Amino acid sequence: MDFGQSITLSAVGVHLLVGLSRAMILFIVSSGLSFVLGVLRVPNVAHGSLYMIGAFAAFTLNNAFGGGSAGFWLALVLSPFVVAGVALVAERALFCHLYQREHLMLLLFTFALMLILGDLVKMVWGADYRSITTPEVLEGSLPILGSSFPKYNLFLLIVGPLVAVGLYLFTNKTKIGKIARAAAVDRDMVDAIGINVSWVFAFAFVLGCFLAGLGGALVAPTISVTLGMDHDIIIEAFLIVTIGGLGNMWGALLGSLIFGVTQSLGVLLWPQFAIVFPYLAVVIVLVWRPTGMLKSVW
Amino acid sequence: MLEVEDVHTYYGLSHILFGVSLEAPAGEIVCILGRNGAGKSTTMKSIMGLTPPRRGTIRFKGAVITGLKPYRISRLGIGYVPDDRRVFADLTVGENLEISERARGGEHAWTLSRVYEFFPALGRIDGRRAGFLSGGEQQMLTIGRALMTNPELLLLDEPTEGLAPMVVHLLEEQIAALRDRGLTVLLAEQNQKVALRLSDRGYVIDNGSIRYHGSIQDLRENEDVRRKYLLV
Repeated sequence: MDFGQSITLSAVGVHLLVGLSRAMILFIVSSGLSFVLGVLRVPNVAHGSLYMIGAFAAFTLNNAFGGGSAGFWLALVLSPFVVAGVALVAERALFCHLYQREHLMLLLFTFALMLILGDLVKMVWGADYRSITTPEVLEGSLPILGSSFPKYNLFLLIVGPLVAVGLYLFTNKTKIGKIARAAAVDRDMVDAIGINVSWVFAFAFVLGCFLAGLGGALVAPTISVTLGMDHDIIIEAFLIVTIGGLGNMWGALLGSLIFGVTQSLGVLLWPQFAIVFPYLAVVIVLVWRPTGMLKSVW
Repeated sequence: MLEVEDVHTYYGLSHILFGVSLEAPAGEIVCILGRNGAGKSTTMKSIMGLTPPRRGTIRFKGAVITGLKPYRISRLGIGYVPDDRRVFADLTVGENLEISERARGGEHAWTLSRVYEFFPALGRIDGRRAGFLSGGEQQMLTIGRALMTNPELLLLDEPTEGLAPMVVHLLEEQIAALRDRGLTVLLAEQNQKVALRLSDRGYVIDNGSIRYHGSIQDLRENEDVRRKYLLV
């Protein structure tokens, strides 16, 4: 067996941090998927496509604003809204007619939407690899634990918790958030107290997709933006949501942490088989708790 | 206030209501008596738009509401208390009431503090999750939730089902108090005693059809009808 680099404490620490920052992206994307799953009961396979659109939109916006710092920040802020716009159109035109259908239909429908969005992205942006440069403030590395740690990953470690807190405040402190929680459990009864559930669902869907877009925009500087990134993320996001507990935001956070950390520690322990580790973790969790670690709303 | 005329309702292919007609005049408590499965709840759901009738018309304050979405019907001034309670279990008592609030009805409108005044037991457990409440507390909460929408007509579907006699007595008093405040109530009940004490007029439903209707006096005296359609 050919193990990776010699395992020092500092290497473990840095890999842990890299794993955690990767987990933040996974959390932002999968919390959106989980929210849509919890409130609307729609397993949105096209969620990954919206993440990909977020990344491509960030690329285009970044260029449109002339790159550099300003381009980066504007792209980061605006691309989630572009994705939210796409989601709103999809919801009002298609999804809102389908909520009462059975899950298999919804799965097939969102799968079709994933293929369509994938082709649309290909038509608009082509099959080339795109990349975004980070602004100067986030470029380079910082010495942490005797190794160097990319500043951008540190930035992700700050954004992730902020999104978690924001989502928590939204679902627990705002009226629309509380209504969304009620609608997740009993749609008809929310209707019967005089609330137009259709718009609540539209809002919940758009918010979930906004998070996919935000995840895409955030990941863009760390990878090559290209076709196919939708497939990778959607598999991971569904696994995370499943091990966390369907529709549970904290479950999505926990699942992302497990996924991200096992992935990066796997790279350290056994690089050739690194990809196996997070899936192994998923299997272990599901054997131990088949319905996910935290309470599922289903 | 409410006129239901020749309503036919289906669940999928099965025909549940066969030409139900009834009336609830303003300011009265009108009860629908019937056994389990007689069609009481379906009548309530048909009025609320949750199981829209396939035939027939429902008028509220003179306007036809058949075919409207439940949220529209609620906004017109009909409050709905379902038989299985259906509190929003993940939300606290206060949150359940808060999301139902619809300001209407001027200075006498129901607000959170008025509901807590009316049901003091709820005020004491404001922060508790609704899923952890007792049956009686959940029932008060569903009524409070309906009141928060400031309705003129309240649909109460078996409010006393499965509750302890003391709680039933308390609810009975509160329902009478609501009528005294000017609310019209359509009450579906299996519990004859409660319904006969509270109501001004009564309907007897069996197998999806109205078998009898009259003043509550008539119904009290007509033991034949009660034995035929209501005894288990």
